[in-house]
Amino acid sequence: MPKLTYRQALNDAFSEEIERDENVFLMGEEVAQYDGAYKVTQGLWKKYGDYRVVDAPISEAGFIGLGVGASMLGLRPVMELMFWSFAYVAFDQLINNAGNIRYMSGGLIHCPIVIRGPANGGTNVGATHSHTPENFIANTPGLKVCCPATAADAKGLMKTAIRDNDPVYVMENTLLYGEEWEVPEGEHLVPLGKADVKREGSDITFVAHGRAVITSLQAADILEAERGIKAEVVDLRSIRPLDADTVLNSVKKTNRVVLVEENKPFCGVGAQLASMIQLEAFDHLDAPIQRVSSIDAPAIYSPPLEKVQLPSPADVVAAAEKIL
Amino acid sequence: MTNMEQAEESHAADPINASLSAEEKIGLYRDMVRIRRFEQTTLSIYQKGKIGGFLHLYIGQESLAVGAVSLLGDTDHVITAYRDHGHALAVGMSMNECMAELYGKATGCSKGKGGSMHYFAPDKNFWGGHGIVAGQTPLGAGLAFALKYRKVPGAVLCFLGDGAINQGAFHEALNLASLWDLPVIYVIENNGYSMGTSQLRSTAHPQGGLAQRAEGYGIAWDIFPGADVYTMRACTQKAIDRAYKKSRPTILEVVTYRYQGHSVADSKHKDGYRTKEEIEAQKTLNDPIARFKKILIEEGVLAEEQSKEIQAAAKLEVDLAVKFAEESPFPEEAAITEDVYYEVDEKTEAGRTGRHFFN
Ligand SMILES: Cc1ncc(C[n+]2csc(CCOP(=O)(O)OP(=O)(O)O)c2C)c(N)n1
Ligand SMILES: [Mg+2]
Repeated sequence: MPKLTYRQALNDAFSEEIERDENVFLMGEEVAQYDGAYKVTQGLWKKYGDYRVVDAPISEAGFIGLGVGASMLGLRPVMELMFWSFAYVAFDQLINNAGNIRYMSGGLIHCPIVIRGPANGGTNVGATHSHTPENFIANTPGLKVCCPATAADAKGLMKTAIRDNDPVYVMENTLLYGEEWEVPEGEHLVPLGKADVKREGSDITFVAHGRAVITSLQAADILEAERGIKAEVVDLRSIRPLDADTVLNSVKKTNRVVLVEENKPFCGVGAQLASMIQLEAFDHLDAPIQRVSSIDAPAIYSPPLEKVQLPSPADVVAAAEKIL
Repeated sequence: MTNMEQAEESHAADPINASLSAEEKIGLYRDMVRIRRFEQTTLSIYQKGKIGGFLHLYIGQESLAVGAVSLLGDTDHVITAYRDHGHALAVGMSMNECMAELYGKATGCSKGKGGSMHYFAPDKNFWGGHGIVAGQTPLGAGLAFALKYRKVPGAVLCFLGDGAINQGAFHEALNLASLWDLPVIYVIENNGYSMGTSQLRSTAHPQGGLAQRAEGYGIAWDIFPGADVYTMRACTQKAIDRAYKKSRPTILEVVTYRYQGHSVADSKHKDGYRTKEEIEAQKTLNDPIARFKKILIEEGVLAEEQSKEIQAAAKLEVDLAVKFAEESPFPEEAAITEDVYYEVDEKTEAGRTGRHFFN
């Protein structure tokens, strides 16, 4: 299998879907002539032109809402938010309109839109630019949200998201764009609602999404090397729909679980998982569920402190050791 | 004559400039030199990896912040976007606290919590430093509302970029400012680009310019070139007078240019959305510092020798700020959860009631 960057894998997904379906177009700030602020759409404007790859002014409420409207008429907009943090300017469109239109029309209308961009901390861009709103989105029935952790998943989930008939919000990560993974050649689709066991193990389960998957894999390596403990790492990939079975089966096998995310703890994804696990696998738990998330404060700028604020492999190991 | 042509005329004799003492004029020059030197140094420090995140430089635009802020009194206020180093130094923030903030040190103006885009100094009536494009524009109206509510005569300068004028929040703020007669002045620093996008590709506007959109809200407006600090002062003063005498808002569009890329990483700023030639032409024709130096020398206010001393003093001040920042400590880990809630930090009854943090 060829190795591709996360960025290139996404880029390939866009090319393939643009060619496959004439309703697919890309829109966002700097996505066309500038090749994208993070170069995720590099070369696409050159290849497909203004019709399929559209630069938008700085008007998130306007152009995201426009995308929702266009999707009501059957187009398949793939809208870039330069940062998911800028979604907050467009929340009414993202939540009230895209999230509710199908329901409020009694199923007469649907919105096959993708809204995507990076949502992560760790790059010292401060509190206004470091939001991870997957939990806000997952809190809205009607919306789907996924957070790919590898290049292959980024490509496969993006292609699926574009073909899905509901609004799918894809949260990427600027720290992963340049990382390489093997990506299957040819048509590669990853279904929404299917977790992936990124590492098999029998002693403890780590459940994570996005870059926290990488952190969890590193923690699992440390535990194995230092204590011979075999941790299983479940990558949720998609947050809503959620692959409850894979999570529960892993917990039933290992009887111990640490929930890892880069989000803040209150009402984070881990809170929903913890509720589900204690309700549906209570008898299988040998220890309290542990959660690892960012330190509960706005994202600090100071570079060494921001490192501390985000979950590290050592934090995951420490949480695991509490219940081993 | 168009507004722009009128504005091209010398404003040296306008009362607001004619009344300046030689020392005050040199002060304006010194402030522009200090800002430029500060930023040139931050660029090289950034390239050494000592500053994280973004660094949006103001080089080329110094006359706007310095000229406008020089007009303000104790009850006037300033708020701006993420390209904020110039405004911060112009309102009197120290290089030490500004530099230390970039280093993420505890001695920074925001204790290392905000970074380059988020400078604040409420003691100097400076309300930030805002990272979200146009996010500061309703806040500017709010500051003006608070002045009016308290019956304090004053004006608010709310700076924004040419790209920011396309955000809904700005338009809502304009309507409120006009509807409620708020003494706010929106200063559009039109440097021709929003990141890699030229105005032509991003902005539909009337022929008179971006600021002419003001007419839709019944707001007074003006457009003028900003490289000459006298022009900046003369035209901004009219808006301040309007705020004081009539409690009415104004939109000013000031034509300017940024020499550097949008932020430090900007792959296409010299051979993509604009050209090296364009940048060089701006530097030779419209450099605010070179221009003002020439004017002051012609006026007999400044001598070449003194200009060199000012440059040297600015360099020394920046070097000391770098030393200060380098030697300052990083914040303690416990600082991460400080400054989140007033009530918790102040250990009030409210702060002690209920759980505020969830780690
Ligand atoms: C809501 C929002 N959208 C996008 C961005 C990313 N961004 C930061 S600055 C900028 C360009 C702004 O241009 P302009 O208003 O002209 O100001 P300038 O940078 O030229 O000073 C963009 C797109 C942001 N910070 N906030
Ligand atoms: Mg601009």
